[in-house]
Amino acid sequence: MPHPMGFAPPPPEVMAVTLTVNGVETTLQVAPWTSLLDALRLHLDLTGTKKGCDHGQCGACTVLVDGRRINSCLTLAVMQDGRSVTTIEGLASGDTLHPLQKAFVENDAFQCGYCTPGQICSAAGLLAEGKAKTDDDIRELMSGNLCRCGAYPNIVKAIRQVMGEGGA
Amino acid sequence: MIAKPSIPDVLREPGAQIGKPVSRVDGRLKVTGGAKYAAEFSAPGLAHGYIVSSTIARGRITRIDTSAALALPGVLHVFTHENRPSLAWFDRKWKDDDAPKGSPFRPLYDAEIIHSLQPVALVVAESFELARYAARLVQVEYEAAPHRTDLHAHRDDTFTPGKDKGGFQPPPKPRGDADRALAEAEVSVDLEFTQATEHHNPMEMHASTVIHHEDGTLAVYDKTQGAQNSHSWICNVFNLSKSDVRVLSPFVGGAFGSGLRPQHQLFMAVLAATQLKRSVRVELSRPQMFSFGHRPETIQRVALGARKDGTLTALIHEAVQESSQNENYVEIVVNWSGQQYKCDNVRLDYKLCRLDVHTPLDQRAPGAATGVPALEIAMDELAHKLGMDPVELRLKNYTDTDPNTGKPFSSKELRACFQQGAERFGWAKRNPKPRSMREGRQLIGWGMASGVWDAMQGQAVAKATLGVDGRLTVGSATADIGTGTYTVMTQIAADVLGLSVKDVTFHLGDSSLPMAPIEGGSWTVSSVGSAVKAACDRVRDRLVTAASKMKGGPLAGIGNQEVVFADGHLVAKADPSRRVSITDVMRASELLTIEEEARSVPYLLARSRHALGTHSAIFAEVRVDEGLGTVQVTRVVSAIAAGRIINPKTARSQIMGAVVWGIGMALEEETFTDHTLGRYMNHDIAEYHIPVNADVHDIDVIFVEEHDEVVNPLGAKGVGEIGIVGVPAAIANAIFHATGVRVCDLPITVDKILEGLRRNRGD
Ligand code: FES
Ligand code: FES
Repeated sequence: MPHPMGFAPPPPEVMAVTLTVNGVETTLQVAPWTSLLDALRLHLDLTGTKKGCDHGQCGACTVLVDGRRINSCLTLAVMQDGRSVTTIEGLASGDTLHPLQKAFVENDAFQCGYCTPGQICSAAGLLAEGKAKTDDDIRELMSGNLCRCGAYPNIVKAIRQVMGEGGA
Repeated sequence: MIAKPSIPDVLREPGAQIGKPVSRVDGRLKVTGGAKYAAEFSAPGLAHGYIVSSTIARGRITRIDTSAALALPGVLHVFTHENRPSLAWFDRKWKDDDAPKGSPFRPLYDAEIIHSLQPVALVVAESFELARYAARLVQVEYEAAPHRTDLHAHRDDTFTPGKDKGGFQPPPKPRGDADRALAEAEVSVDLEFTQATEHHNPMEMHASTVIHHEDGTLAVYDKTQGAQNSHSWICNVFNLSKSDVRVLSPFVGGAFGSGLRPQHQLFMAVLAATQLKRSVRVELSRPQMFSFGHRPETIQRVALGARKDGTLTALIHEAVQESSQNENYVEIVVNWSGQQYKCDNVRLDYKLCRLDVHTPLDQRAPGAATGVPALEIAMDELAHKLGMDPVELRLKNYTDTDPNTGKPFSSKELRACFQQGAERFGWAKRNPKPRSMREGRQLIGWGMASGVWDAMQGQAVAKATLGVDGRLTVGSATADIGTGTYTVMTQIAADVLGLSVKDVTFHLGDSSLPMAPIEGGSWTVSSVGSAVKAACDRVRDRLVTAASKMKGGPLAGIGNQEVVFADGHLVAKADPSRRVSITDVMRASELLTIEEEARSVPYLLARSRHALGTHSAIFAEVRVDEGLGTVQVTRVVSAIAAGRIINPKTARSQIMGAVVWGIGMALEEETFTDHTLGRYMNHDIAEYHIPVNADVHDIDVIFVEEHDEVVNPLGAKGVGEIGIVGVPAAIANAIFHATGVRVCDLPITVDKILEGLRRNRGD
């Protein structure tokens, strides 16, 4: 398809972006068209954050930015300059799994594991929001995270277990 | 070499690993982000490929202008049919282990377009974003030819396929005279069904990363259900030496059949890597996930005739299914109907209709997930007409032999599924009258259905290596697509040698490992599990022999059947105080490792004398909003008979996940085609609906005891498919019970329910 402007604009120049990722401050040289998701996966080799659609439809790319859960494919890295990002790789402390990670394993809250980092980050965000009180609340507030393996009942069980333990 | 047809006592020891709800051995990697999928491997200088897809359904490419893309700094190359290197010519070179009869699709082969979204060019660039941007600048001109994509418009232009694909059986010959019996039946139903096209949509999009080593050898990380299938395919297509290529696939983000055939991203990545002599990754976009196989759209007719007491006297099941122009994709849709019930007059018919689409592809319980629900909805309608309980009608026509072949089932605990499922669900309290339960605007309904799937087994090889430290490594080139293969194989191996699962490492997803078939059809535990057991049995035998030869040792002179393995020890059955550790046996015999490879083959003779299958009974509760037509599946009980369950935790998850698939099939999933363009309209996962968390409520899974010595040495039949079969019918039947509206057109969306409600009200 010919470009609507009649010519193809050159690719954008890279810019410096500073992110604190999992507690470590990092400065990246990325073009403005690089999503936060691709910055994590391709530039920082943090491939724990998954790409399931690249269009904000599946939640596989969920990370925490300043503690809030967002779809990292729907934001550009340059828009997050100066922010603090937590990915699945940053949840455990050393060898000790985060309570959600532990609960996901115990409750078999995944099969292929591809949606799992997004589910867990999303669940961490959900717990921080403090809005979910019932299983139905959890189901509703976790519905932005698709799981094609259909692990939903066990995901709810895992989250409820951590909520019962008094959160994370 | 060949596994013996008996279940050794060692598997029945207390503390055995088989049957334990072990948490996934790869769980930690998956919850920490440490599990790496195909697009997550990298190498210095990795280049990125992005595919350009066709915009027409049929015709020819007349011109491709890549100049604007190539003008961008950082764009390395644009591959098209005009500049591709020489590729295999014979069809057989393009065949893979799951290819049906016909001529497989060849990416970038020539100017011909045979389906919409067909890949027509690959742009390779230094960065992913640049490749994606440049792909938009590739200008393709076409000469379109008339296409046909509408199954309903062409349903009469069909042909009868033969045995066109491995595992496919054409329908058996008619029994009796079904048409006449139907005409003469005291009670009858005659329904037409449609099943929409569905796309697999695993959460991980198909991707391949090809690492190009300096010596020209390739490490190919591919999303596949069979590393060896991908391996031989690319070696054949590109005429590469088998030893120069290794395909790896340690983690697969779901597949459900989408990885049974090598997909075109693999071709593209290997093409670019070998031509550019660089490492290359090609990842499909979500819309491009609709550019290859799918569950085919199907039109069916099921007609049943019965006596007033419920005895089936006539059964007709006809199906017309889409395939592509280039291949005969076939699946078993109607044969199940001749197998599930006793009936003297049966006619089964299966036809294909060629459309300008990509060849369909096995999707979870291919064929059965389409055909069995049609039968089971018709059975529900028949029960309704007879004024008979749907479970009772099924029991009335129950059979312990397969009427298609006259062979007895090796095991079939479907009766127990009905009984235990009904009890858990509270079915006895059901008022058979439709619209008999209501809470405000919510109409509540209870429905049930049964399900059936095969219990196949293929040949497989496994290698087991026991170290003097007591650690066991086992490998076979199978896959774990979320099915729990890593975990159950670890358990099977640990079980034989009395080890803890921590002492066992299982390797898969590597073409260099011993031969395993593609992972599909629920046959992995049966095929690979049996090989793992056989290899470990041989290690076990060698240990017993060594222990028995230890002069003055606690087990000196002991016979093979007199030993059990527990806690890393060999123990005399008769006197548990006589024991020796595996490590001591190996040291005493100066063995650093014991390595054994074994091939398992099915018990062909015993199998040929039996019918084999897994069975299920599903009970579902729905709430239908009378004003909005929305449906919630509030409760599902699924009772499964699938032989021995190796790991109830992961098996339960598989059934649960398959019930979720059944919910999607019943209520949500449908790929729509714009027949003017011959193109899918909703090719992303915002518009193609799959169940979300809020769509799924209570799912209760029961594994019914079932003992089977024919199926394989493990007695396990596999549970990947059976969980979905029948679920759409149970939900459709529950919707009928709730509303009095019978919808035979899946998925049952709001519009269909509202229209039915209006019709029944008479407005
Ligand atoms: S990858 Fe971001 S929502 Fe799907
Ligand atoms: S675990 Fe496979 S998609 Fe959720």
